[in-house]
Amino acid sequence: MSGILAILEQREGKLHKMALEAVVAAQQIGEELGLPVFAAVVGGSLDGCQLEKVHVVEHDLLKDYTPDGYSIALAQLIKLHQPAYVLFPHTYQVRDFAPKLAASFGRVFVSDVISHRIDNGALVLVRQLFQGKINADVAFEGEAPHFFSIQAGAFRADCLKPGTAAVETFKPELSALQIRTKPLELFRESARAVDLTAAEIIVSVGRGIKEAENIPIVQKLADALGAELAASRPICDNGWLPMERQVGSSGQTVAPKMYVAVGISGAIQHLVGMKGAKTIVAINKDPEAPIFEVADYGIVGDLFQVIPAIVEALGK
Amino acid sequence: MKIVVAIKQVPARDSLLKVDSSGLHIEEADLSYEINEPDAYALEAGLQLKEAQGGEVIVLCAGPDRASQTIREALAKGADRAIHIETEDGAASDPLALAHIMAKALASEQPDLVLTGLQSDDLGYGQTGVVLAEVMGLPHATIIMHVEASGASIKVKRELEDGWFQHVEMPLPALLTIQSGATKLRYATLMGIKKAKSKEVKRLAAAELTEAAAPSISIRRIYLPEKSKRSQIFDGPPKEAAAQLVEKLRFEARVI
Repeated sequence: MSGILAILEQREGKLHKMALEAVVAAQQIGEELGLPVFAAVVGGSLDGCQLEKVHVVEHDLLKDYTPDGYSIALAQLIKLHQPAYVLFPHTYQVRDFAPKLAASFGRVFVSDVISHRIDNGALVLVRQLFQGKINADVAFEGEAPHFFSIQAGAFRADCLKPGTAAVETFKPELSALQIRTKPLELFRESARAVDLTAAEIIVSVGRGIKEAENIPIVQKLADALGAELAASRPICDNGWLPMERQVGSSGQTVAPKMYVAVGISGAIQHLVGMKGAKTIVAINKDPEAPIFEVADYGIVGDLFQVIPAIVEALGK
Repeated sequence: MKIVVAIKQVPARDSLLKVDSSGLHIEEADLSYEINEPDAYALEAGLQLKEAQGGEVIVLCAGPDRASQTIREALAKGADRAIHIETEDGAASDPLALAHIMAKALASEQPDLVLTGLQSDDLGYGQTGVVLAEVMGLPHATIIMHVEASGASIKVKRELEDGWFQHVEMPLPALLTIQSGATKLRYATLMGIKKAKSKEVKRLAAAELTEAAAPSISIRRIYLPEKSKRSQIFDGPPKEAAAQLVEKLRFEARVI
């Protein structure tokens, strides 16, 4: 077909929150390159989108996700329809199987793409290196298919072109022997007593705080602003704050009126959890920290001096 | 249990990075290097498994000469021996090409378990482990918090999104990518540092392990990101900067 194929994720019939962003990416890039746009969903379906066709991939052995099952089934779909580009939302599940799928075609999977452009008719993708400090322009070489994933928020779901699509069921050839891992039950460890998504103001603390004993410094700022206290992953991993206060791809996704990032460098995994905040304030000693890319206001300086100074200024 | 831990040496976390005149690499002259932090957790998981199960931990590292420092540190923490795949300084390597090289370097080892960090802090492809599993024909699981070994199989705890987890059982040999932060990292002891000096480091030249396959991607250029938002930065003395910020939050953003 030489089109562009978006592979979407669902769990228990519900599409992943990034699924429509992947459809939008496929629609936009497809239009720019003049390619027909397809989608595929394993064990689920999709409607209401303007697409050439939706492939519904069905097999009893695909009921529970396994990297072997998904890779084998999707490789068969790709060989049958021969898309030029295969794109994914950059989810944990995609990270688990898409590199394997691409490698089975002898291709590099270009992961976590933040933007794209068309350069002399060829697709050029932008991805981040060094935790967001450097960008790289990446182009595909050689023959299709080419594989890539898009970062959460890189395309906007509300730009979706609604419409219709033919639906076609694809039944891959799979045997139980090909699936080497045995997935067991899903579970959660702690009830979420703290709902950060409801907070109007969040003060969030990262590695820059250095020690658990310093957390009260930031707590004082949170108190002065009437804010909830949150943290980046390393702080929760160290047990300095409970896991339920973690913001980022493995924690909560928040969009408060104001987000104050204290001593947080702004790795991608953290940014995806908070970049929807209306006003972002960053306090960091490193002027090149990626957090300043998304900040509306920033203070470059030593947080141990800056935070008490802000608390004092708020009291005036 | 024979455990291979694949580690990488990357620029230290707080490095100020500059792009060199080629526009394809960063300037390496003034940088200091350290173990890729996620790989440090993979090493820790490997050492803990060895302590519980017996066996050996072999460190596998692809990198230029300077990577020997990181390899020695891993040996000092308790790895038994190492394989250093020597690459050219600044050589561009995509994860697929690298996985083929690593698989060849491991061909004579027949490990029971291959561990690596879930991503690198420099290139951040987040896939070398998964691709290595595919090239070696091993089952894999990613973002692993905990490993329980029993005989010829393992049970692992995988992290999923939004606070969900899942247990997965799989036969050995297998490959796992380890989540950072799930355990505390150990420090090398003085005795460990002393012992590391006499531990075996097998050196292999990457060029001799490579089949010259045509790459499927190319890096056109690298660059510092343009700021997508117009940030107002206050970098004066703390009191002054704090007062300016509070003023802006009150009267411009009107969020307080």
